[in-house]
Amino acid sequence: MTSFEEVAWLALDTAKRRGASYADARVMDMRHRDISTKNGEVGTLSESESLGIGIRVIANGSWGFASTDRLTREGVQACAAEAVAIAKASALAKTEDIALAPEGAYVDVWQNPYLKDPFRIPVERQIDLLLAADTEMRRVKGVTVAEGSMAFRRIDQLFVSSIGSSIHQTKVQSGAGIVALSFSGNELQKRSYPNSFGGQHMLKGYELVESLDLVGNAQRVGEECVALHSAAQCPQGQSTIILESSQLGLQIHESIGHPIELDRVLGMEANFAGMSFLTTEKLRKLKYGSDIVNVVADARLEHGPGLGTFAYDDEGVPAQSIPIITDGLFTGYLSSRETASAIGEKRSGGTVRCESWNRLPMIRMTNISIKPGTWEYDDLIADSDDAILMQTNRSWSIDDRRYQFQFSTEVGWEIKGGKTGRMLKNPSYSGITTEFWNSCDAICSRDYWTLWGTPNCGKGQPMQTMGTGHGASPARFRNVKVGVAFSK
Amino acid sequence: MTASKSSADLQRVAERILKLAKSACLDGVEVDASSTTDALTRFANNTIHQNVAEQTLAVSVRAIVDGRTARATTNKIDDESLQRVVTVAASLATNQPKNPDLLPLLAKQKYQKVARAFSSTAETTPQDRARAVAKVCTHAEKHKQIAAGIFTTGDFQSVLANSKGLFARHRQTRAEFSITILESDSSGWAKANAPDVRKIDPQALAESASDKSAKSRKPRELAPGHYVTILEPAAVLDLMGFLFFDFGGTAIEDKRSCLTGRLGQRLFGENITVWDDVYHPLQTGFPYDGEGQPRQKVLLIDRGVAKNVVYARSAAKRAKKKPTGHGFSLPNDFGEAPMNIVFTGGDKSVDEMIRSTERGVLVTRLWYIREVDPYNKILTGMTRDGTFFVENGKIAGGVRNFRFNQSVIEMLANVEMLGSAVRSAGEEAFEMVVPAMKVGDFHFSEVTKF
Repeated sequence: MTSFEEVAWLALDTAKRRGASYADARVMDMRHRDISTKNGEVGTLSESESLGIGIRVIANGSWGFASTDRLTREGVQACAAEAVAIAKASALAKTEDIALAPEGAYVDVWQNPYLKDPFRIPVERQIDLLLAADTEMRRVKGVTVAEGSMAFRRIDQLFVSSIGSSIHQTKVQSGAGIVALSFSGNELQKRSYPNSFGGQHMLKGYELVESLDLVGNAQRVGEECVALHSAAQCPQGQSTIILESSQLGLQIHESIGHPIELDRVLGMEANFAGMSFLTTEKLRKLKYGSDIVNVVADARLEHGPGLGTFAYDDEGVPAQSIPIITDGLFTGYLSSRETASAIGEKRSGGTVRCESWNRLPMIRMTNISIKPGTWEYDDLIADSDDAILMQTNRSWSIDDRRYQFQFSTEVGWEIKGGKTGRMLKNPSYSGITTEFWNSCDAICSRDYWTLWGTPNCGKGQPMQTMGTGHGASPARFRNVKVGVAFSK
Repeated sequence: MTASKSSADLQRVAERILKLAKSACLDGVEVDASSTTDALTRFANNTIHQNVAEQTLAVSVRAIVDGRTARATTNKIDDESLQRVVTVAASLATNQPKNPDLLPLLAKQKYQKVARAFSSTAETTPQDRARAVAKVCTHAEKHKQIAAGIFTTGDFQSVLANSKGLFARHRQTRAEFSITILESDSSGWAKANAPDVRKIDPQALAESASDKSAKSRKPRELAPGHYVTILEPAAVLDLMGFLFFDFGGTAIEDKRSCLTGRLGQRLFGENITVWDDVYHPLQTGFPYDGEGQPRQKVLLIDRGVAKNVVYARSAAKRAKKKPTGHGFSLPNDFGEAPMNIVFTGGDKSVDEMIRSTERGVLVTRLWYIREVDPYNKILTGMTRDGTFFVENGKIAGGVRNFRFNQSVIEMLANVEMLGSAVRSAGEEAFEMVVPAMKVGDFHFSEVTKF
């Protein structure tokens, strides 16, 4: 078959003929390029492409989903028929019929803006950049491993549904980062730039990589990594902490982004990803954070080119900005058409996405961002008598209802009398989600706000990895437990 | 449901790639053609809420050009797409610096046979899975409980071939059932995984999870601290998953392994002996690695001594060792890892461990484990779905879940009792053959709200 449209509409027609009361289909053509370097040599160098269709149906009041990469007429028809057969099997163990919140039909074409197509940049130029940063890091005595990576994605996707939507979206995503490791004595230390676990990732072209100045930051990264060996250990006890923006982004991801997923709240993830403390009676009643905490789930392009930015979600609902925390009050969930209907909301929040054509779309974070505050960064430091500044995530863990968390960062800095002092190694902090967010007393302004990309959020069975966005500026929290990770 | 492509189909695709590569005058080419058929039935709130199936194909080509290598992958098998995947792999390989560590392709090898494909699993239908799920949901309803979980079956096959005549094929099926049983203030969990679906008993797993949920009602809050702790096999498995990636030659060479400077030392208790053994009857997986090197059985820990690590071909050459057949597909940064962990285990049951414990904690399962200190191997994480206080040799009720910060090196030096090693499945690590353990001192640093 020749066109996405032909494939997708054949799937829907077949599903309806087989007895589906609702059907949608996603044809996705995906291209990836991954490059990594380690200690002066190329590590990973690969490209991949994948094309296929995922068909989701409701039949006999239950869900079914099937996917295939056989895009012949026979292959698509068999896949659609299988989706309906699976839905009918699901109905063997149903308690009630699936109901969906109403949604309109849309016909649209959308592509995220970018300046430089990363797949048109010669791969040798990309490798040269990583190797130049690698050289700078290894110039620092004591660096035992220098690593760099780039990742590029192009996702070309057609969504059609039996209510009449036909939405063609193309997304181009880029990411890059560098890491230095240093082993000495009985200690392995690490520094990353611009963020850990792959660096910064956005819905942008190669201009993102060029803007990061990996080479210009490489020597500092190496020096800070080695210096950690002789730094003082992060103390244990209660302390004021200041989180720089990428760490605050991950804090938002884990302790706000996941608990507001309505499928978790309703028990659908109970066996794997877990549930949520944000049970439905808490909506518009729970004081989630202090009065200065305002968080939105914003998938619109005007929020920024984040990994959670799109025009329509993967069940054809337009991108929205949802107030999640408003002046400290818990005001919204991430929802789908099914879960919005289940709690009596009028419309889905438009947050459903899938990793690939062979995965079922499910509720995923869009761009979950804290709104900027009013503080100048220098003023925040000057206003802090005794605090620890923590930078760049090193490990993260939170319980399966998202109450109790523990994070550690790559580096800390002691702040005494309003001035940044000595380096601290092995910093960590822990707490209970709502107590932590209620202890926030200062957030830096828009000038210090960055929309970070988390490219590796895992959820669902079968597991799906998804990119999410988190806008944040540095913020201060009072009376936080620090250092427990290394307590004896 | 059977695999979307037969082994013969995959072999034909591989042969076409080798032919195309020959006309492209590459120095060498390796092709991995694989086919997956997977289906998963997911339930929650005592109903099926997700039911999916997929058929996928992947043709992955590694080109070698003048001492350089790169990989390209496609799921399209028309002539134009296969030609393009060879061209892309060759082009990527060409446009990079030479790799001094790159070895020539392996020639033809002999492989030990493993029987890991079962028609009982491959032919499981959505109706079969739905009926099993309906039964466990009915069990939960009868006990005024809520069930959530998955029942999945799949069929995977792969052909690996290269231009030096190497040819290997592998097929395996996979079945897995996992269940969480919930009550208002408690939960229990059980999971099993096997190539043969007939080895999985959903009803027995449901009963075990149901019993744990009932026994952990009204959990009390215990103070954080150091406790004698009994870890069921799934909890041991998920901790061990963070240890054995350090048992690789490349990790040692990069000085990112906890064994750096410690290989040959007694790090663990004398009751700890661990093999990597893909041929063990409770193990699954390929009898060869990413380059087609036959996997060997390797003794990793011998009565507490960190004895050996595994090597991919290039890491073995640099370390002047023999390759053990544990390398990942090239090119990659990580080299190799043992993926078929088998503990020797002991002869104590969990009940015996409980009876011998005056004051301690029994853990069913762990969650969100992350590394805090990579050299001392301090891990953090949470307990989940069945955590109990043990007092005077008996389970004295459920407790609120703990956060732990614990060195697994110290933990394995402090194991007081070992159960028999069983095939265990968790959520944070690949399946292993591990025992339950009674640990003399386990550090629970904080407690959560439920």
